Order: sequence, then C-alpha cells, then structure tokens
Amino acid sequence: MYPSKFDYHRPSSVQEAVQILSGNPDAKVLAGGHSLIPVMKLRLAAPAALVDIGRIGALQGISRSNGSLRIGACVTYHEIANSADVQAAAPALAEAAGQIGDRQVRYRGTIGGNLSHADPASDLPAAALALGATLHVTGPGGSRSVSASDFFVDLMMTALQPDEILTGVEVPVAQAGTGSAYAKWEHPASGYALCGAAAVVTRGAGGSCTGASLCFNGVSSTAVAATEVAAGLVGSDLSDAAIDSAVGNLSIPDATGDMFASAGYRQELAKVMGARALRTARDRA
Amino acid sequence: MGISIELEVNGASVSKEVEPRLLLAHLLREELGLTGTKIGCDTSQCGSCTILLDGQAVKSCTVLAVQADGSEITTIEGLANGEYHPVQQAFWDNHGLQCGFCTPGMIISCVDLLGTNPQPSEDEIRHGLEGNLCRCTGYHNIVRAVQDAAETMNG
Repeated sequence: MYPSKFDYHRPSSVQEAVQILSGNPDAKVLAGGHSLIPVMKLRLAAPAALVDIGRIGALQGISRSNGSLRIGACVTYHEIANSADVQAAAPALAEAAGQIGDRQVRYRGTIGGNLSHADPASDLPAAALALGATLHVTGPGGSRSVSASDFFVDLMMTALQPDEILTGVEVPVAQAGTGSAYAKWEHPASGYALCGAAAVVTRGAGGSCTGASLCFNGVSSTAVAATEVAAGLVGSDLSDAAIDSAVGNLSIPDATGDMFASAGYRQELAKVMGARALRTARDRA
Repeated sequence: MGISIELEVNGASVSKEVEPRLLLAHLLREELGLTGTKIGCDTSQCGSCTILLDGQAVKSCTVLAVQADGSEITTIEGLANGEYHPVQQAFWDNHGLQCGFCTPGMIISCVDLLGTNPQPSEDEIRHGLEGNLCRCTGYHNIVRAVQDAAETMNG
C-alpha cells in the first residue's frame, strides 16, 4: 500500500520546521512515523506535505537537571524504556514505554509523536498525566508550556495548534518517598491497552500517604485521572485494604465500549489494574 | 518531486532518486531486487519486512525510503558471509520454519535480539519476537533455533 503523494521537507531546526508548517496548512509532522505512516497507507490521512523532524538535534536526548527530567520529543520508546535515568526518576514512564507495540515499533516510535497523536489506547498519555508532566511546545509566536492535564483534549485531540510542534516533555524526578508504576491489560492481538493504569504515590515520614495520582489509558476517549481514588488514598496507610477500598470508588463516567470490551468491563478492569499499579508504586515509594 | 538519497545496503553504496512516498520495503524489493525481505500484512504488525536500519530491527513497510537516507541497512541477503550466519544455520538445523515466508524477518529480529541480549531466556525470546508472526510453526522450533544460535554465538 502506498500513501497518496505528498511533498517532503526535512528541516534542520525547530524554527525552520515551524516556518514550513505555518506555510503549509495541510502539512503533518513526521517523527517515527509509526502512527502516521500506517494511516497514510490506509488513506485515512492524506497530508499535502510531511515535515520530517526526525533529525533535529534539539529534539533528541534525555537530560536531568534541577529535579526534573527533560526528554526530547524524538526520543524513542526503546531509549525511554532502557534509560537508567528514566527508570530511576519516573519508573511508570519507562514501564509504559517498554510495553508499547513490539521491539521493532519501540525502535522507531517517539514520545513526542505518541503524545501528539493522543491515541486513547496508547500507553504514554496516562503515564505523562499521572507523573504531572509538562509539555514544551513551539509555534510561530514562540514557545509555551502546557501541563499534561491541559494537553489531552479529546479523542486524538490535543492542545497543539496545527503550526505548533511538541519539542520535549519534562517530568519531575521522583523524590524520596515517591514511587510510580504502570500496569497494562493489553488486547492480545493488537497489544493496545484495553486498560492501562499509571500510579504515583508519596508517603510521608510516618508512612501514611501524602499524595497520590491514578490515571488511565484505554478506558475512555482520552487519558483520564481518577481524582476520587487519589483523594481517598491521601491520609491512608497505603495497605492493600486501603488501596482496594479507594479503588472501589473508581468511576469513569465516560468509559467507552467497543467490539473488544464493554464500558462496564473496562470500568471493572480499571479497578483491577489501578490497584496493581498503586501497589507497585507504593512498594517503590 | 524526486528526492536524492544515499544508503549503504548490505555493505554496498546505493544512490537513488525516490518519490517521498516510496516505502523502504518497496525500495529494497522493487528498486534493488532484494526480494528476501517480504511484505506480509503491510500494516506494521507481522514483521515479515523486518530489516536492520543502523543495526536496529525495524519494519521496512512503515519507514519511508527518504527517512533512511544516510543509513546502513542489512537485509537477509546481507547476513551470510561465505557461510550462513549462526542464526540462519540454527533455523536450518532446528527446522525453525515451515513455509518460510516469515523467516527473513524472523531471522533479522533474532539477530537484533541476540545483539542486545546474548543469552535470552525462553520467555525473553518469545517476548522479543512478539513483533514477528509465524502462522505455521507454533514458534517452538523458532525458540529452539534462537537458543541454539545463542549457544553458537557465545561459543
């Protein structure tokens, strides 16, 4: 299968890429291409031009400074899953990246492409949301930062404007007493998340929970935060019983059903996977 | 609009002018005649089109030829060097195939797997090959072949 014809641009800087995007309203950004090229081959997308940002140096690399980890938009799932820095600072993100697709896909797919595509059944959005990631975006008017909670708008819709590029993702480094984890129940054929749960918990000096976050992919049209579960955990002793009780209150009103799983099934699965992610996060805190 | 690209394919320099929409799998098969690389599902799932791009196993049906500009590529045709690569030999010795359609991609993935994990457990082998589908073997002899190749390569 061939994509329909398009013009190809390979800018060498973010500024140049943004300029090309501004002048080509029907252009799409190409990073690893593992979401975009398949939909172009199926002719579900037919952009007039592709702006290949895969070789822009400023979009590569993982660096750690001032209590945060900065991951370039073109860093691959493989690099994230295998990065000692990510494993130590944000284990939920490394775990989520390591469970995407398969080996070949992980060598090509990028964090920036994944978050910009905002596939509800992908793995990184919930991890970014739970970890409180900040997304850095550049457009013709300059750069701005968007919190993950404001970035995911709806099904495959983000806060990115058509002439903006996601340049990097900043994740806070886990402090002492904080642990995170990602637990996924995948569709056995596609590998996409029927339900993926990302959890972050923080324990205070006395061992009780002082902060928690639990977010899901795959359950509704976009990554969602289960704020009622997090609120129920704060102040608890984070025992298995406390986690089960908090997760029992989970409600995702807009859970979606499809040919693979009903909305009710996904709700129940979210309780199970949420509890698993919370227990692992607790054990790491 | 043709784009000039330069690649190294199985050790030989290649210069081509290509349409931006040309997929790497089609460049290899139709322009360079390297038909060992197969196109199976054509939807990034089956792994038949797996090749090494700068040493990493990727699905060439989901990479544009222009994205590979300046890269080194190894296809199944480039593995043997006078004699079979140990992974090829192990597939032969352990009957790690039946119809053979998935085999070139499967072998390339195994080469990549053993390059990053020289002594994988059975579980790691099965997990490591999840991007390559085989409709014939049930994978058992493929796993044996990888274990055998690992032993040979660790000599």
